[in-house]
Amino acid sequence: MSEIFSKIESILQTRFHPTRLLIRDDSAKHEGHAGHDARGESHFYLEIVSDSFKGKSRVECHRMIYEALDELLRTRIHALSFKALAADSPKN
Amino acid sequence: MSEPEIFATIRSDLANNDVVLYMKGTAVFPQCGFSAAVVQVLNSLDVTFKSVNVLDDEEIRQGIKQFANWPTIPQLYIKGEFIGGCDIIREMYTSGELQQIMADKGVKAA
Repeated sequence: MSEIFSKIESILQTRFHPTRLLIRDDSAKHEGHAGHDARGESHFYLEIVSDSFKGKSRVECHRMIYEALDELLRTRIHALSFKALAADSPKN
Repeated sequence: MSEPEIFATIRSDLANNDVVLYMKGTAVFPQCGFSAAVVQVLNSLDVTFKSVNVLDDEEIRQGIKQFANWPTIPQLYIKGEFIGGCDIIREMYTSGELQQIMADKGVKAA
């Protein structure tokens, strides 16, 4: 049941070595709404803190995550909401 | 490499409107929670904006993703510059940065 969850976790761990990573499967909140997948695991929320995001703009950080999860986004994930921060981000 | 023809339409919309939101549904009837959230932010700032419903046009829907190198909708542009999607806009609104950008770029309230 948590196949996509595990994939997201392993991709983000490998790519960004985050100091904090929270992944929440919000799919159940979207049952019956367009984009909901009967297989579940279609809507996720992430919070990730990593040195990889140091000195990057929000748009750059988000692009890095989208790129890392590109295949999953095209095939399984309908909606992904997230917060990406560098450890020393002043807007933490 | 030649760019997709739809980019000309996108550029013209961006040139003719200070604030453009590519979204699912319309400003009055958003069809996606993320799009609705950005409309709500813009309304609360009393900003005039052009909304483009990507559900009406598959070419725009795919084209805008390539244009911004950004795989999701909504997308907000101010004075031709891509600012972000829903998460970024909400964060920037909460921190006051969005209001600052509008002021810096001379975008007037409605």
